[in-house]
Amino acid sequence: MEQLWSLMPEFWEGFKVTLLLLVVSGVSALILGTLIAAMRISPVASLRAFAAFWVEIARNTPLTLVFIFTAFVLPMLGVRAPYIILAFIALTYYTSPFIAEALRSGINGVPIGQAEAARSIGLGFGQTVSLVVLPQAFRMTVPPLINVFIALTKNTSVAGGFFVVELFATTRQLANDNGNIVLQILFTAAALYLVITIPLGYFAGQLEKRWVVRR
Amino acid sequence: MTGTSVLFDAPGPRARRISLILSIVALLLILGLLVWIVSLLAAPRSSGGISLPGMFDGTRWNIFGDPQVWVFISEGIIATLQAAAVAGVGAIVLGIGLSLMRSSTIAWVRIPTAWLIEFLRGMPVLLMMLFILLIASTGAFWAVVIALILYNGTLIGEILRAGLVALPRGQREAALSVGMREFQSKMLVEFPQAFRQMLPIIIAQLVVLLKDTSLGYIVGYNEIIRTNINNLGSYYGNRYLFSLFVVTLAIYLAINLSLSWFARWLSRRTASGGKGRRPRGPVTDPTNPAAILEVEAKADLAESRRGRNSSAAG
Repeated sequence: MEQLWSLMPEFWEGFKVTLLLLVVSGVSALILGTLIAAMRISPVASLRAFAAFWVEIARNTPLTLVFIFTAFVLPMLGVRAPYIILAFIALTYYTSPFIAEALRSGINGVPIGQAEAARSIGLGFGQTVSLVVLPQAFRMTVPPLINVFIALTKNTSVAGGFFVVELFATTRQLANDNGNIVLQILFTAAALYLVITIPLGYFAGQLEKRWVVRR
Repeated sequence: MTGTSVLFDAPGPRARRISLILSIVALLLILGLLVWIVSLLAAPRSSGGISLPGMFDGTRWNIFGDPQVWVFISEGIIATLQAAAVAGVGAIVLGIGLSLMRSSTIAWVRIPTAWLIEFLRGMPVLLMMLFILLIASTGAFWAVVIALILYNGTLIGEILRAGLVALPRGQREAALSVGMREFQSKMLVEFPQAFRQMLPIIIAQLVVLLKDTSLGYIVGYNEIIRTNINNLGSYYGNRYLFSLFVVTLAIYLAINLSLSWFARWLSRRTASGGKGRRPRGPVTDPTNPAAILEVEAKADLAESRRGRNSSAAG
């Protein structure tokens, strides 16, 4: 137990990098994903097609392969950046289609009668979207978005295989160095991931139940 | 909100013209971006005073004329598919078991199962692979397969549970009234229907499983990425890294896109199928990651409602 305690500073360092990966890639994926979702529902056909293409390709590429691209192929092409930046790029790219899909399904989930009613009392496009559709869509979007962030939390561990020393890489190193307490080390790492994912999941589940009732 | 046209008036000639112009401008921008990227890739590059050919130069692609290379690549594909197939079957079996335990009437079976599911779902699959590799020292193949079974089994279990809950109550009551046991009713009457309803989401989950076999790269299983990038890449040298990457990506996309399309096609068929009266499919797009959350929440809600009703009746 004491030996495990003495490793806590290292776990904390790794955990901080995992959190950093989560926050930075989460925010940038949210921005990129919103952009893609906006393109996907826009009246401009070529933007719609581009967004659909993006979603389909990015969603069906394994994250490991995305990391191969950012960590090996990009440097070969002459991009010089620290590995953590490359990890941000990989995670942002990989997460963006999931964000876009969550947003789109939220908007699709608003019954069409809502928009028809808004139009029939004389609201214009801007008013219909901003006062009637988006407020309802937003509520429906939050639980799936949280789920995307849970997946992102778990996906940050892949960065550990590509030269970023976050929680997974730290765990692997510590387990190699302390052969006698491998089990404890692995459970500590699992607990640290669960500290992020379980509360998020609980929160998403509660919100989801609320809006399922309302529909 | 599928028809966005309801949001605005039917466009007149001017709006249509503007929309067309915007569409063309956007298309040109996208094409321009593509041309720029391609020209960047095609340009010869110099490193340390030596000039190297561009990425599309024949000398970067000539290894693919060698049948031996394709033998290697197909070995990688087979290794990936093998892991995915074993894990897929295992995950479905585990999922069936978990969904039965999770919807059990006995509290001390149901509640620990729910905890176990939460625990397995919240952990990265990669950490699970490391766990199995270090604790059970099974070798890379089984580490990949068992971790994928555990992770995806919990999700498939939740999907199946949602399918069971969504069935009309009469199905179970009818089965019990013709003298079937609780278990018989589950296996012979309820499960086949739940499975069929949820098949599109399960297939979509199997695509996720297939993608996740690539994590084997990190724990040392020779699946397709490791075969192509590490083994072939280091044998033929850095010069072929780009072309090997492109080939690997193409293989993955071909497999995953066809499976995703199959899931969607199946979902449409289940949703509209036949002339008779059929319940609407559980979700509109099974490949949407939000689908699992949605069916789960519905199941939880239906269960708590049922619980309340039966306790009120009893």
